[in-house]
Amino acid sequence: MSEELGELPEAVQAWIGQRRYQQVGEFDVERGYVLTSCASVENGNPIYWDEKAAGDITGGWIAPPSMLSVWFRPHHWAPQRSGASQPLQIHFDLKQALDLPEAIMTENTIVFYEPVRPGDRLETCQVLRSISPPKRTKLGLGRFWVIDVEYLNQHGQPVGTESYTGFGYRRGA
Amino acid sequence: MPISPKLLLGDVKAGDALPDLAYDVTATTVVLGALATRDWRPMHHDKDFAQQRNGVRDIFLNTPNQAAWFERYLTDWTGPHGRLARMRFRMKDSVFPGDRMLFHARVEKVTEDAAGCGWVDLAVTLSVEGRICTECQARVSLPADAAHNPWKLEGDRWRP
Repeated sequence: MSEELGELPEAVQAWIGQRRYQQVGEFDVERGYVLTSCASVENGNPIYWDEKAAGDITGGWIAPPSMLSVWFRPHHWAPQRSGASQPLQIHFDLKQALDLPEAIMTENTIVFYEPVRPGDRLETCQVLRSISPPKRTKLGLGRFWVIDVEYLNQHGQPVGTESYTGFGYRRGA
Repeated sequence: MPISPKLLLGDVKAGDALPDLAYDVTATTVVLGALATRDWRPMHHDKDFAQQRNGVRDIFLNTPNQAAWFERYLTDWTGPHGRLARMRFRMKDSVFPGDRMLFHARVEKVTEDAAGCGWVDLAVTLSVEGRICTECQARVSLPADAAHNPWKLEGDRWRP
């Protein structure tokens, strides 16, 4: 089966464990987007809607912890953009380097630390943790990989880490 | 007057079931969720793309928006003093327009750490017509008493 996908290139193996794509968010954390998120899932938690509740309970407005990755997704278009990295760029690098045109995420773990607040400008980096041998699933033949994304606020405090398991594959292979 | 916690650690024990949440998904639910999470990928708003490239029947809920749904479901139960510590998802199947999502959760473990922080571990599922689409292992912190607030824990005192 490994012959059908070829051996794992040494250059790709060398990515494992490297901290790559260190990046500062394109924009500040903003409350309007917090409310858009809450509205999308009808989340009426008063810490996002009621200033007194936010003051009493969370020491002011915060963003829902589950929005962590939202602050790094670039705008769909921006002037003079060239070669901007995508969120989870390593995921797309792997698809290209391993010639696996389709990919899905199968597992995602998020750990939350300091609350994220409007006005914060977050920083991130990506670390490839592992790549599996070739596997066949109902989607096709491919490989699983695990990527960690680390997030810090502008004070250098960790605000969260995400760990993604992706499966890159060839349909019907 | 300060807002009182809705739920305290002592109110919860292993084996407790949370109230279910049912929600009818429409194309708007999927697209709104994708935009709210700044996910512009076409399989979350373009039915032709989803069918032809992903081989599925329609656009489907993206993972970050599912995270927001799980957070909403959990904090509906805990109230605003409940602080989400971690979530682990396993995506098994997709959620499409026309599906009725059903969220269900059961408390697996209740503990308290040396900093006095109370932890509740839960097994949560998102299912459609009895088919589990996403499993979520979640951990939330609850106040140990009415004077305690997990959101006030910082640095080494917060150990999610």
